[in-house]
Amino acid sequence: MSMPALLDLYRVQARMAVQQQLQYRMRNAMVLVGFLTEPVVYLAVWTAVAKENGGSVGGWTSGTLAAYFIVWTLVRSMNVVFTPYGFEWRIRTGQMSASLLRPRHPVHYDLAYFAGSKVVWFVMWLPIAAALALLFRPTLRPEAVEVLVFVVAIVGAYLIRSLLQWLIGMVTFWTTRVGALFEIYMVAELMLSGRLVPMSLMPSWVRDVAGWLPFKWTFGFPIEVLVGDLGTRALLLGLATQAAWIAATAGLLALAWRGAVRRYSAVGN
Amino acid sequence: MRALRLIALHLRVVAMYEMQYRMNFFLQLFQSALATGTGLVVLALVYAQVDELRGWSRPELLVVLGVFTIIGGVLESVVKPNLVRFMEEVADGRLDFVLAKPVDAQLLISIRAVRFWQAVDVLVGAVVLGVGASRLTPRPGALAVLGFAAGLLFAVVILYSFLLILATSAFWFVRVDSFVETFDGVFQAGRWPIGIYPGWLRTGLTVVVPVGFAVTVPAELLTDRSGWVTLAAEAALAAALAGLARLCWRLGLRRYGGASA
Repeated sequence: MSMPALLDLYRVQARMAVQQQLQYRMRNAMVLVGFLTEPVVYLAVWTAVAKENGGSVGGWTSGTLAAYFIVWTLVRSMNVVFTPYGFEWRIRTGQMSASLLRPRHPVHYDLAYFAGSKVVWFVMWLPIAAALALLFRPTLRPEAVEVLVFVVAIVGAYLIRSLLQWLIGMVTFWTTRVGALFEIYMVAELMLSGRLVPMSLMPSWVRDVAGWLPFKWTFGFPIEVLVGDLGTRALLLGLATQAAWIAATAGLLALAWRGAVRRYSAVGN
Repeated sequence: MRALRLIALHLRVVAMYEMQYRMNFFLQLFQSALATGTGLVVLALVYAQVDELRGWSRPELLVVLGVFTIIGGVLESVVKPNLVRFMEEVADGRLDFVLAKPVDAQLLISIRAVRFWQAVDVLVGAVVLGVGASRLTPRPGALAVLGFAAGLLFAVVILYSFLLILATSAFWFVRVDSFVETFDGVFQAGRWPIGIYPGWLRTGLTVVVPVGFAVTVPAELLTDRSGWVTLAAEAALAAALAGLARLCWRLGLRRYGGASA
């Protein structure tokens, strides 16, 4: 299969995703409402802390905190990927057998499908962002270059998070169950990515640990590109680090895949 | 009396079944510990910056976290699994078998499916609550503890009734499982006393989805923030919602077409 054919695959998968997501408008809207509680709770807590502290906490005012967590909602909805639970289901029910018969590596189908569904999610996100902005009054004045880097960084974040969760999902080739491992991943992500709180509010040793791990490139970095004031060097360095993590996770995935396929014996039907 | 015997019988069957899978106890304990640990870290982060959050001290917020974990455990182990099974049965018509039995059907659909090991959350929550309560100054009096216990009971009634009302909408809309997901998200707001939220959200968490109200009121009773008036209001809300749930249940049953529909 050639490169144009691969692009074709992505185009078709993405279009299918858009059409399928459009069928479940009400369902998607409900899921989005459930999603929103998380950042709104974090925002309320840290705004309360800032107020208690006389207006700001660690340099964050209620305006910049609002900006952080509103951009968070966009990054989060662009960050939704195929989960290890989905992987577990495929393995347990034997669906993986069908995927293995396809001419391309199955990861391409997932990457393309979830990328396509982002179109629908983005449209649904727009009115929500407007409502949040009216309610919380964010302070957000990004420069043009920051917006540009943000768009690229979101794609990077999507790829890193997809590949990481695919890797964890692949554990089910050996174990069939993945719940416990995935929960550890979720807690690590919560603490070390800027999902729970801007990383600058974490103790410095936590920040040091986070610097060596992929998590903050999936949440904190894209958000701070837009909300913070990173400077050209930090922006480019960030994109380069994202690229390095994509290469590393993709390499690991290719390597693990060989072992996994050899190991596979269809469970289920 | 018969209802109690029926509940005990169902619990025994579930326990006998789940005892076969003892490993799940440790898995559940691990997950509960992870979730509670996360909550404790967040409290540590907040109280590294301030001594009080909107008038709540650290031990007091520990009490809130404990109450949240206990109620969450009850919802996850008893309320939600039962209602999810009920909604599935409405969708595919298997509810017929329940309706054919000679006991109250609402009772039956509320006690059949219990996720036994998930009740570990209740234990973990009780430990957190105990630690928080032991550090309260002044120590809560016997009356406050009594009010707290009653408040906790009413909170469970409120959330059960609220979720049952949502679930009975399956009689009209058939596929409503996404309501449960949405509720899970909103329930997380109960981790914090509703006083820290902006006004519109506080109203929402009291009136529209009474999550914040249900978790915060017992904690307020134990920490001496509110007294008998609040408890009476909570009791009234519990009674009203339970009545409304019963009404929705009756109307829904009339609408239910059975397996042939």
